[in-house]
Amino acid sequence: MTLYRDDALKALIPHIRDTDIVVAVYQSCFDWLALNPRDLNYVAVGAMGQASSHGLGLALANPDRRVIVLDGDGSLLMNLGSLVSIAEAGVTNFYHFLSANRVYEVNGSHPIPGGQVVDFESLARSAGYAGSHSFTQLKALTDGLADVLALPGPQMSVLELQAGQPYPRDYNYIHSAEARAIFEDALNKPCV
Amino acid sequence: MIASVSQPSDYTNVAYPSGARIISLIKQAGVREIVAVPDIVTSNGLLWPISEDPDFRLTRICKEDEGVSICAAMSYNGTRAVLMMQQTGLMDSLNAIRAIGIDYARPVVMLVGLQGKEPDVHPDQSQVYGVRIVRPILDVMEISHSLIENPDDVDHIPDAISRAYENSQPHIFLIGRAPELT
Repeated sequence: MTLYRDDALKALIPHIRDTDIVVAVYQSCFDWLALNPRDLNYVAVGAMGQASSHGLGLALANPDRRVIVLDGDGSLLMNLGSLVSIAEAGVTNFYHFLSANRVYEVNGSHPIPGGQVVDFESLARSAGYAGSHSFTQLKALTDGLADVLALPGPQMSVLELQAGQPYPRDYNYIHSAEARAIFEDALNKPCV
Repeated sequence: MIASVSQPSDYTNVAYPSGARIISLIKQAGVREIVAVPDIVTSNGLLWPISEDPDFRLTRICKEDEGVSICAAMSYNGTRAVLMMQQTGLMDSLNAIRAIGIDYARPVVMLVGLQGKEPDVHPDQSQVYGVRIVRPILDVMEISHSLIENPDDVDHIPDAISRAYENSQPHIFLIGRAPELT
């Protein structure tokens, strides 16, 4: 049974705490913004491939929060070294979810290099992540999410999936000063 | 065109900045986070001492544009950081700096060694193409930058860092002579 991205993201939503930072890129970001709009969604990634590095900076500077990165496989391939940097930094509050649909979805759905063979789970483990997992079925993901998020990071979860429902691609919003200001205000709001 | 050094440079009749003073001024600016790819210009005088200084947390990264994102992300809660690299990494990171530093107006402060620059020659007059183009490129990109070569050049470091964070904009310190350890 195929795992669809929107179903995977819906499964993640109940596990997100109010204090969590969620960094999301490209179609995962557009889906996430439609499914779970919240002020601590970090969308200002700027350059393709940089989500994991933004997540590392946020994890280092905000050790009392969990940082959840919703990355893409094409994006991560542009910044594979970040796996090593993240592992080296030892950020225990870092949770990396990789939408592995094996194509550059927002750039015309061309195949990623090595799309048939690249083993992202192994790459993360070899880089030194504390744990690395793959999910191909919704039930296994639903059953496993709580356990993954209870483990000390950095944890990689590779979601072998396909695009689900089409959600609008609002590039203007993710690049907007408004989006950055909303996040910054929420991050610096005193905890009640 | 491949540049060649036509005249020998004078490596002895120039003064070099103090690495210890640069480190002290970085601390004075409230920076405790250093993100770095090693650079031979700043290796002995800055990065090795920083790596052994308990006042800093050093995050070693694999590629320079990672650091642009890390420092920008840190800035959202006011955490100040300095990103270290050499000019080759700067050239490799220009799109990230353009997008995150300029388009997004984030305070990314970088300390960039000008590897290959002749100590007694201004970078704009360097025989090394990869050095000579750095400042003009930063000017075209409208990125704030300043040059550190002489011992007195370091005095502006705290103000430049503070200004970057207050105005939420990048600043790049170009290191034209290898800082001395002391």
